[in-house]
Amino acid sequence: MEKQVKQETVAYNGDEAVAFAAKQCDVDVVAAYPITPQTIIVEKFSEYVANGEVQTEFVCTESEHSAMTACLAASVTGARTFTASASAGLALMHEMLFVTSGSRAPVVMAIANRALSAPLNIHGDQSDSIAERDSGWIHIYVENAQEAYDSIIQAFKIAEDVGVSLPIIVGLDGFTISHTLERVDVLPEDAVKQYVGERQLPNVVTQEGKTVPFKLDPDNPMTMGPNALPNYYFEFKRQQEEGMRNALKKIQEVNSEYAKISGRSYGNGLVDAYKLEDAEVAVVCIGSTAGTLKVIVDQLRQEGVKAGLLRLRTFRPLPVEELRNGLKNIKAIAVMDKSISFGGFGGPVFNEIRHVMYDAKEHPLIVDYIYGLGGRDTSPRDLRRIFEDLMQIAKTGHAETQVQYWGLRE
Amino acid sequence: MSQEKSWKEISMAGVCSKSSVGFLTGDWKTYMPVRDLEKCTLCLTCVMFCPEGAIKWVPEKGQIWFDMDFCKGCGICANECPTKAITMKMEKE
Repeated sequence: MEKQVKQETVAYNGDEAVAFAAKQCDVDVVAAYPITPQTIIVEKFSEYVANGEVQTEFVCTESEHSAMTACLAASVTGARTFTASASAGLALMHEMLFVTSGSRAPVVMAIANRALSAPLNIHGDQSDSIAERDSGWIHIYVENAQEAYDSIIQAFKIAEDVGVSLPIIVGLDGFTISHTLERVDVLPEDAVKQYVGERQLPNVVTQEGKTVPFKLDPDNPMTMGPNALPNYYFEFKRQQEEGMRNALKKIQEVNSEYAKISGRSYGNGLVDAYKLEDAEVAVVCIGSTAGTLKVIVDQLRQEGVKAGLLRLRTFRPLPVEELRNGLKNIKAIAVMDKSISFGGFGGPVFNEIRHVMYDAKEHPLIVDYIYGLGGRDTSPRDLRRIFEDLMQIAKTGHAETQVQYWGLRE
Repeated sequence: MSQEKSWKEISMAGVCSKSSVGFLTGDWKTYMPVRDLEKCTLCLTCVMFCPEGAIKWVPEKGQIWFDMDFCKGCGICANECPTKAITMKMEKE
């Protein structure tokens, strides 16, 4: 890449990379409550505040519900707002997640993905944020600490776009990414500040017919969070959906713009395809498992197997066209779900992928592997066996079972 | 509600879509307060208790006035009136 900025290589775990990115983005307000495996993010950030390295107002709240409420309130004044949470903390925010997205407040939140109780478990799976699928937040899931750093910077650019104006979750797998020390290339602070820029505000028309920026401002008083009865509520929800549709374009745009300064991009920002063009068998997954899967794909390719991988980076808005195009020529697809939808037909990601492929001209065989719940490790050998299953399915044109639990003692 | 707007025409997140002054909550009511002028002593207890601010004291006229556009018919005024000058009647009657 030509216009790359000179970067420094540092050793950060995923959480530290997230905190450092938020610092460089010149965040105005952080309101947060600590929870494993996210704690390092707010701990590190509060250090920046204590050391005077940032001008951020750091609000220590008594719960995550209050943290999200404070973030919403800060965001609607026009402040750049950031928070982080996980598991039970995110679950406690549930109510306010909808108020935040409905209020079109572009809060950026890092989620160090962790299992939900009960039984109590602090380890990584994606049940927490996947359960917030319909909360109106954009969902981006990253593969490693480097992408966590890059995605937080991109997240402000996406969420604060006037056509989008929606909050965004950046999900990083608990412990696998959050606590693992990795090499991370970081941009100089001025380059990040220049790239992210000042927060832009959409315009709204007041009761008096004046066009003013969308923010709480004593000079231009406006009602925020009003009630909307059956005659208007639906229209506002449709508006929100338009923000999501705009995000589909914006995420791609941001991905390629960011590549120009950093030299790094993640597929087209929505899906990250690996050796998929001529693949006969492929795995679809979210998050860090993709890293290990790339190694397996390389091994299988050397052995002459046409294996491929599609990492779904943006879960909401769902990149329907990209998924359909990427997967159309595959014979057998395994979807990997690090969360479970009790009583459903397979996991949440499986549902999306099968649903998307329903209208495709060629129907690939699609099976689901629910795996890694409560932080159960997934070894390269386990992943290789999934491809072996797929080769068998592709050969026979038949799958014995649609949904399997991978790595479970039967 | 006339001339309802499409989702493309309304301001973001419900902001300023309508001032609350233009939102006539009075049409929620089933019962309406009726004042007996002979019993009323103009003590203004009802003015203070009305949760909607729908009972107005008009000093120029030395009278109170019920704003039916905003009275939800809750009956608190009738309950609090020390002289029982206010009774709640079905609005339709």
